Amino acid sequence: MASTAITPTRMVLNQLKGRLKTARRGHKLLKDKRDELMRQFLDIVRLNKQLRAKVEAGLTEAFGSLSVASAIMSPEMLEQSLLYPRQSVELGMTFKNIMSVNVPVYDFKTKNDDPAEIFPYGFAQTSGELDDALEQLAQVFQDMLQLAQIEKSMQLLAQEIEKTRRRVNALEYVMIPELEENIRYITMKLDENESSTKVRLMKVKEMVLQDAHDFKY
Amino acid sequence: MLKIAVIGAPETVMGFKALGLEACPVADAEEARKTLRHLARDSEDYAIIYVEEQLAAQIQPEIDRYKDSPTPAIILIPGREGPLGLGQKALKDAVERAVGTDIL
Repeated sequence: MASTAITPTRMVLNQLKGRLKTARRGHKLLKDKRDELMRQFLDIVRLNKQLRAKVEAGLTEAFGSLSVASAIMSPEMLEQSLLYPRQSVELGMTFKNIMSVNVPVYDFKTKNDDPAEIFPYGFAQTSGELDDALEQLAQVFQDMLQLAQIEKSMQLLAQEIEKTRRRVNALEYVMIPELEENIRYITMKLDENESSTKVRLMKVKEMVLQDAHDFKY
Repeated sequence: MLKIAVIGAPETVMGFKALGLEACPVADAEEARKTLRHLARDSEDYAIIYVEEQLAAQIQPEIDRYKDSPTPAIILIPGREGPLGLGQKALKDAVERAVGTDIL
């Protein structure tokens, strides 16, 4: 019980009342923040789920083609074909603010825009499966990039929601009840003091009056 | 400009290399841990690091370390053996963390 540590005075009472008001307002605001974050978060989770399924399916397919290609071609040849990439990717990153959480937004540029330019080898000595595999990879890569953005946003939002949730609960179940308890304690103590003062005064008055002219009620 | 890295078995990362991503072939989990640490901590150049699930399973603590920082984004991708469900698990974990229970 924290009420044993507080001094029951009017000044402390006023202070506590002010703090209770602030705590109530903070609680309401944080609760709103949590609800809105949660709404955004669930949207992102849904999107993430879809994207992940898509990326996993796409990658499995691409790796399948790559396996076939590696079965047809010799490992040295395969490695040689992919050794020096012709394509290069540049990634720009900006931040978007979702409810004061900064989430990254990726913006990527490839050096070669022509989709036929991604093959870093001649077609004469490589199998067609390799071309397929690379094409599929290039396609799924777009989704992978979006997945990265969504998944990171999701992680960051999850962290923020956890934090906000803890704050809301701390206010709701610890801070506010404690403040209310203390205020009640002080009010009771003050009332008690007041009534005891009143009784004392009445008693004194009676004694004084009796002393003066033998007055009796 | 920032870069994108892929950490995984040599056969897995080979294809991504042709796409212009930074391929980091690793042989085992220990090497993957070192590579990841190097990419994520020692240089600011990498915005996204894709890690193969098979390896990620063994270096989970190292990956979790970057969960709360805006960069880099470490994303699990399935390897050649197909999805292990770790990516889905990461999603579930995030939901559990935010909501308190698994609602999916």
